[in-house]
Amino acid sequence: MRREFFEKILVIVLVLSPFFTWAQHELEGISTGTESQREDIKAFIDHHLLDSHYFTFTEDEETGTHYGIPLPVILWDNGLKVFSASKFHHGEEVAEVGGEYYTLYHNKIYKTDAEGTITYDEDHHPSNAKPLDFSITKNVVTMVLVSILMFLLFGGLAKSYTKNGGMPKGVGRFFEPLVVFIRDDIAIPNIGKNYKKYMSFLLTIFFFIWFLNLLGMTPLGVNVTGNIAITFALAMLTFLITTFTANKNYWGHIFWMPGVPKLMRIVLAPIEVLGMFIKPFSLMIRLYANMTAGHVVLMSIIGLMFLFKNWIGSSLSFGLAFALSILELLVAALQAYIFTMLSALYFGMANEEHHDEHH
Amino acid sequence: MEIPTIVGAGLIVIGAGLGIGRIGGQAMEAIARQPEASGKIQTAMLIAAALIEGIGFAALFAA
Repeated sequence: MRREFFEKILVIVLVLSPFFTWAQHELEGISTGTESQREDIKAFIDHHLLDSHYFTFTEDEETGTHYGIPLPVILWDNGLKVFSASKFHHGEEVAEVGGEYYTLYHNKIYKTDAEGTITYDEDHHPSNAKPLDFSITKNVVTMVLVSILMFLLFGGLAKSYTKNGGMPKGVGRFFEPLVVFIRDDIAIPNIGKNYKKYMSFLLTIFFFIWFLNLLGMTPLGVNVTGNIAITFALAMLTFLITTFTANKNYWGHIFWMPGVPKLMRIVLAPIEVLGMFIKPFSLMIRLYANMTAGHVVLMSIIGLMFLFKNWIGSSLSFGLAFALSILELLVAALQAYIFTMLSALYFGMANEEHHDEHH
Repeated sequence: MEIPTIVGAGLIVIGAGLGIGRIGGQAMEAIARQPEASGKIQTAMLIAAALIEGIGFAALFAA
């Protein structure tokens, strides 16, 4: 048996080897991109991952024209300062507002002088002063748009239900199973009989994350859930709701674990307190890292096309990007589901009813 | 990226991959034994996989 298997492998390798050497030859003949191209692709990906003061749809490399909308910049620096981001000319010029000079460096606003000098510390980070930035950035615009969309969509659905006597209509036929799924498969098994007061939060967070993840797959080039500040805020909401709706059993489990020896209770208390913060922290990191990793891998694979510049690289890049896009569609829904699921799990811990003294 | 960092990232991926692979495999086995419990098994599997993934990502960021 084993011998036959090895013989088969040997035959396959022998048959395929001319192809491999030929493909290698083909690849060697053509340069795999210059160093500067690699740097360009890297810079493009880094730029995409960051929040921005412009909503740029596309740009023309040769003429340097950006097709997009400059967004309002709101700064608090000895008084409120509001101006359009077009004053920065995409980081090429220094914006002068009310006698102060500001410049863009890696999409962050720094105070500077009329020449726009930036001083660096020993780690090559700018050491210029930073004004408090409350700007309406690309991510803020996207979130507001998604919020309005959700408000109109679900508000309209609620109205259509009363009109139709409890029957879903139109797009409601798509959303009703999802809402029922969140209630019956996420909220009730994990939270128990108090599930009703958490439903609005769970539904909101599920659809909010899901829509934002899906928007990240469109050519709009937004990356909202891949921003750690936003996932931090989302995880913070879960943490606050868990902490402030917790009953005495929850705090009992943290500070005075029932059913274990006295000495162990003292050892367990700090670990449990730490656990309180680790849970939302893991929520934050999971969503952020998954979405960022998805965007980076997808863009790197598309970038291969520009590095190889031959039919092998391009078709490989196209196939991989297509497969990965389908995977990312799944991940977009899965991450929204996991976030909702774990939030429900934590709410359930905060709502445990009776003590089980046996364990 | 220096070489030790890459090796560390590789080790993390190996560890997380083994863990998630084992969860997936065991869940498949469990579903094969009790197909009627597949919904519950899937939920438990996803939670466990998500927890491992979380740790894996935390380590990747440290690396």
